[in-house]
Amino acid sequence: MNLVRNHVLISIDAGTIMAGARAVEKALIDEIAAQGLTAEISVLETGSIGATGQGVILVVYPEGVYYGNVTPQDIPELVEEHLLKGRPLKRLILSEIPVQHVIKKEKTGLLKEQPRIVLKNSGIINPENIDEYIAENGYEAIAKAITSMTPDEVIEETKKSGLVGRGGAAFTTGMKWDFARKAAGDIKYIVCNADEGEPGTFKDRLILEGDPHKLIEGMLIAGYAVGASKGFVYIRGEYALSIERLEKAIAQARQYGLLGDNILESTFSFDITVMKGAGAYVCGEETALIESLEGKRGHPRNKPPYPVTEGLWAKPTVVNNVETLANVPEIILHGASWFRGYGTEKCPGTKVFTIIGNVSTPGLIEVEMGTTLRDIIYEYAGGIKNGKKFKGALVGGAAGAFLGPDMLDVKMDFVNLKEYSAVLGSGAILVMDEDVDMLDMLKSVLHFFRHESCGHCVPCRLGTAQLVKIIDRISASKGKKDDIDKLLKIAQVMQATSFCPLGQSLYLPISSSLKYFGGEIHSRVR
Amino acid sequence: MIKAKINNVDVEVPEGTSILWAARKANFTIPTLCSHPDLVPGGQCGICVVEIEGIPGLKRACMTPLGEGWKVHTHTARLMEIRRQLVELILSYHDTDCLTCIKNNNCELQALAATLGINTVEWHSLEERLPIDRSSAAIVRDPNKCILCGRCTQVCSNMQTVNALAVNHRGYSTVITAAFDMGLGNSVCINCGQCVVHCPVGALYENSHIEKVWDAIHDPDKFVVVQEAPAVRVMLGEEFGMEPGTLVTGKMYAALRRIGFDAVLDTNFSADLTIIEEGTELVSRLKTGKNLPLITSCSPGWIKFMETFFHDMIPHMSTAKSPQQMFGALAKTYFAEQRGIAPEKIVSVSIMPCTAKKFECQRPEMRASGFQDVDFVLTTREIGRMLREAGIDLNEMPDEKADSLLGEYTGAATIFGTTGGVMEAALRSAYFLVAGRELESIDIAPVRGLKGIKEAEIDIDGLKVKVAVAHSGGQARRLMEKVQDQLRNEGKSEYHFIEVMACPGGCVGGGGQSWGSNMAKRARRGESLYAEDRSLQHRRSHENPSIKVLYEKFLGKPNSEKSHTLLHTHYYKRSTVDGDIIAEQ
Repeated sequence: MNLVRNHVLISIDAGTIMAGARAVEKALIDEIAAQGLTAEISVLETGSIGATGQGVILVVYPEGVYYGNVTPQDIPELVEEHLLKGRPLKRLILSEIPVQHVIKKEKTGLLKEQPRIVLKNSGIINPENIDEYIAENGYEAIAKAITSMTPDEVIEETKKSGLVGRGGAAFTTGMKWDFARKAAGDIKYIVCNADEGEPGTFKDRLILEGDPHKLIEGMLIAGYAVGASKGFVYIRGEYALSIERLEKAIAQARQYGLLGDNILESTFSFDITVMKGAGAYVCGEETALIESLEGKRGHPRNKPPYPVTEGLWAKPTVVNNVETLANVPEIILHGASWFRGYGTEKCPGTKVFTIIGNVSTPGLIEVEMGTTLRDIIYEYAGGIKNGKKFKGALVGGAAGAFLGPDMLDVKMDFVNLKEYSAVLGSGAILVMDEDVDMLDMLKSVLHFFRHESCGHCVPCRLGTAQLVKIIDRISASKGKKDDIDKLLKIAQVMQATSFCPLGQSLYLPISSSLKYFGGEIHSRVR
Repeated sequence: MIKAKINNVDVEVPEGTSILWAARKANFTIPTLCSHPDLVPGGQCGICVVEIEGIPGLKRACMTPLGEGWKVHTHTARLMEIRRQLVELILSYHDTDCLTCIKNNNCELQALAATLGINTVEWHSLEERLPIDRSSAAIVRDPNKCILCGRCTQVCSNMQTVNALAVNHRGYSTVITAAFDMGLGNSVCINCGQCVVHCPVGALYENSHIEKVWDAIHDPDKFVVVQEAPAVRVMLGEEFGMEPGTLVTGKMYAALRRIGFDAVLDTNFSADLTIIEEGTELVSRLKTGKNLPLITSCSPGWIKFMETFFHDMIPHMSTAKSPQQMFGALAKTYFAEQRGIAPEKIVSVSIMPCTAKKFECQRPEMRASGFQDVDFVLTTREIGRMLREAGIDLNEMPDEKADSLLGEYTGAATIFGTTGGVMEAALRSAYFLVAGRELESIDIAPVRGLKGIKEAEIDIDGLKVKVAVAHSGGQARRLMEKVQDQLRNEGKSEYHFIEVMACPGGCVGGGGQSWGSNMAKRARRGESLYAEDRSLQHRRSHENPSIKVLYEKFLGKPNSEKSHTLLHTHYYKRSTVDGDIIAEQ
C-alpha cells in the first residue's frame, strides 16, 4: 500500500468549474506526474469548499492550506514550492479564509470547534467515492437503525431531537414521519425536495455536490421509519453537477447493497430515483412538486389532504428538504440528546446559511441555531465589504423578510425570528450595505414573484402583476402617495387569499421593507 | 351528519359537504366564480373565502368541508372588502366590453360585479388584447374574456378525457390554449362544447351561423327548411324563462314559421329513420355475429372522439348517419323531389343542442345530395337569440304542427335526446324485426337515467342481447377500453350493442344548451322527453307512417343501395396531435 504524503483537494462546483477548475486539475495531475510525485501526492475532487468568488480553490492536507484563484500557470510553482519543498506558496493563500470557520474541522485557536452536522464531510471527502463516506462513519446510522431500532424508535428519536424542516416551513420532521407511517396504505413514498429555487440559496446544492451519500442515508432512514420502499429526489434541472454526483452515489450505494432489496440482509428494501425539475419556483412548494413528479403541470394542490396521507399518486408521502434529511444520519448515530446539545432549546441543531451580497467573504456556513445575525455577518462572512456600513439584510430568500440595522443582534432561528415577524426560510442571507437602494431591492423581489407565480389563482397571478406595475411607476419617479398603500393592500389580499405559500408570502418582504426602510421608500413618491 | 353554525344559523349537512353548499342550505349565497355544482373545485378565484372561528387564516368555502361544531362567517366586513378587491383585480385584466359580449346579461363575472356593487376599478388596466381563436368550425375562444377559472380544462380533461384545452405559460402570462397554440380547429377537440356550457364568462362560445341563416331567410330565391333535434323541444323554453324541461314542440314550430322558415320539419322524423337503418344493421350483425358490438353513431362529438382515440373500433361503428345528416340528405333529394323545388335553392338549417353538429355538417363526406346536405347549424342558444331579435316570445306562441314529408315522429324518436334513448328506441324496433312481434314492456328502465355506464340484457326470442350505454367522453373511454380488452383477450365482447353520447346526460346536456346549465337541469329535460314519449300515439320507429311512405316512394327498403348512398357514411383515422385525417377506413 502506498503511503500518501499529501492530499490535494480541488473544489469542483459550478463556480470553480466556471473559473477553470478542470484545466487546473489537469495541469496539477500532469505536473505531479512530471515531478514523479504521483505515488506520494493524491489529487481528489471534492465538492464546494463553501467560498464563492475566489476562483479555483485547492486545499492541501495535512497542512490545511487553502489556495484561491489558482490558474494552470501557477501549478508548476505551487507543486515545486509546496509539494516538493514543503513551503506554502504565500501569494496564492486565501487571505481571508472563510473556510477556517466554515468547513475545516480542526480547532482554530480560541474559537470553539464549529459544529458540522450537515456539512461534516463536504470539502473533506471525495463525494464520488462511497468508501470515503463510509470511512467517515457513513451508512452506520442506517445500519444502526435497521439492526437495533424499530421504525417507531427511529421516529421517536427524530421527534426527541427536535429536528424541524429546513426548507422553510419548520414542521417537526418526526411528526411528519409519524403521520405518514400511521397513514393507511401499503405503498408510501419519500420525496426529497432538492428543487432549491429560493434566490440566493445554494445550500442544498453544496450538500449534494459535497456529500451526496449523506442524503441517500437520510432518505434510507426516513424510508425505514415510514415504511416506504421508494424514494424520489426532485432536483433542480440546472444542478448538473449535483445530479451527476447523486446519480453516481446512488449507483455506488446499489453496488454496495445499500440501496435495493433486502438492505443489509434485512427485510427493508429501498431505492431512489432522481427526477429533474424544469426550473419553476412554485415546484419547491411540496404539492406542486408532487404534481410535477407525477408528470403534470406544477400547480399546487389544496391542503388538506396533506401529502402525508395523500401525496404522490395519492399515496402517503413524506416530502423533506435536502438539509433536513442530511441531519438525520447524525441524529440516529449520536442520539437526540447529542443533537439537542447544539442550537437553542426550542430550535436545536445547526443551520446552513448562504451569505451573499455586500460581505467580504460570501459563501456557505453551518452554525448553531440561534447564532446572531451580527456574528454571522461579522464573524463568519468577514463583515461588510470595503468597510461600508451595514444597512439591512433580506433573510429567507425572496419570500423572506428585510431586517434593518437594529435587528443585527437577533438570534437566527425559526422560533425567535417569528417573534419579529420574520422568517428563517431557506437560510439565505442577502446583506446590503449603505449604498443599496431599497426600492430597487423590493422591485427585484416583486419582479421575481410576477415571473414565478404559477398562474393558478387570481390573487397571486394578478396581484403580482399589479404590484409590478405600481413599483415600476414609483421607480420611474411617477409614483403617487397612495401607491405605497396600494402595495400593502394588494399584498394583504394576496396573503389572505392566495392558494399556496408563494402568493401568501409576498406580504412579508413588502411589509418588512416598509417597516425598516419606509422613510426611504416613501421619499420616492410624491 | 355535521352540525355547525353559519352566520349564527344552525345547519346540518352530510359529512364532506363543502361550506359553499352548506351555506346555501342556510340560505346564504357565498359568491364564487370558479366553482360549479358538477365539477371538482379548483380554488382559482379565491372569492369564496370565509372565516372560521378558532382556525387561523381564511378558507376557501368551495373546497373546505364543513367541520363539526364550526362557527363560520361568510360576510364579514373584511371578507366583503377582500371579495371586492379580488373582483376588481379580475376586472383589471378582463376585456370589459360587456355590451358587445356574447354573454352580456348571462355572465357570472358581470353578475358578481353587480352583486358586489363594484362601480370603479382601483387597479391599472392590465389588459392586453390577444388574438381570438376562430380556427374551429364549432367553437370560438376569446382569451381576452377568459378568467382562468379552470372549468373548461377540467371538463375537457377529466369529464371528457379529450385534453384539447390546457393551461399554458405561467403567472401573469398564463393562457388556456389548444396544443402547440395551433387553435382548437387544429387540435383533438371533439367540438362537444362542454367547455362552452361551463364557461362562466364569454371566453368560449359557438361559431355562430345566425347571420348566414338570416341572409338565407331574407333571400327570396332560397327555400329555407329547418329541422329541430329531439332535445331542443325540451330546452328552448329556458331561453324564454320557462322551467327547465318544459316541452314546447308546438310553440317551437309556430315560432320558426313566424321568423320565416319556408318549411318547418323535424329531426325526430329522421331519428325514426335512423332506428330503421341502424336497427336493420343490428339485426344483420346479430345474425352473422360479425363486428359485434355494434356502436351507435348519432353523436358527432363521439364520432371524432372515436376516430381520434379508438379508430380500431371503426368496424364496429354503425354506418348509419346521424339523424341531422339523414335529414339533410333527404331534404335536398326526396323532399325537393316531392315538393318540386330545385335542390340548389334549398337552404337546409338545423337547430341542435350541440356544437359538434356544426363540425359534422361541413365534413367532406356529408354531401350525398350533391350539395352540402346541411348548410347551417344553430344551437338552442342561437335560435333563442334569433327569435328574440325577431320580437317573438315563445311563451305567446300557439301550438302548431310540423310540415309533412319530414315532420312526423314517434316516441322512440323523441327519447333520442337523452342518454339511453337511442338504445331503447333501437331495441323496440330490433325486437320487432327479430321476433316479428312487439316487445311486451315498451319502457326499458335499465338504460334510462344519469348513471355512468348503464347495462342491460334483453331477451329477444331466446337471443340474449347485452347492451351498454355511455355518456361523456370519459365514460366512453372506459367502456371502449373494456371492449378493446375483451376483443383482444377473448376474441369477442360481452356486449352486442353500445350507445355512446359525447355529452353527460346525452343531447339534453349538449354544448348548445342554454347558459347556466347543470346536471339537475339535464335530468329534468330527459324526464320531459320520456313524458312526451308516453303521450304519443306511436312509440316505435317502425310505426311512423311517414317513414313507411318514404321507403315505399323513395328508398325501397332498409339498408338498400339508395339508403346506403344517402343515409350511410364512413369514418377516418385521425391524428392525436392535431385531429387531422390520417387515413380513410
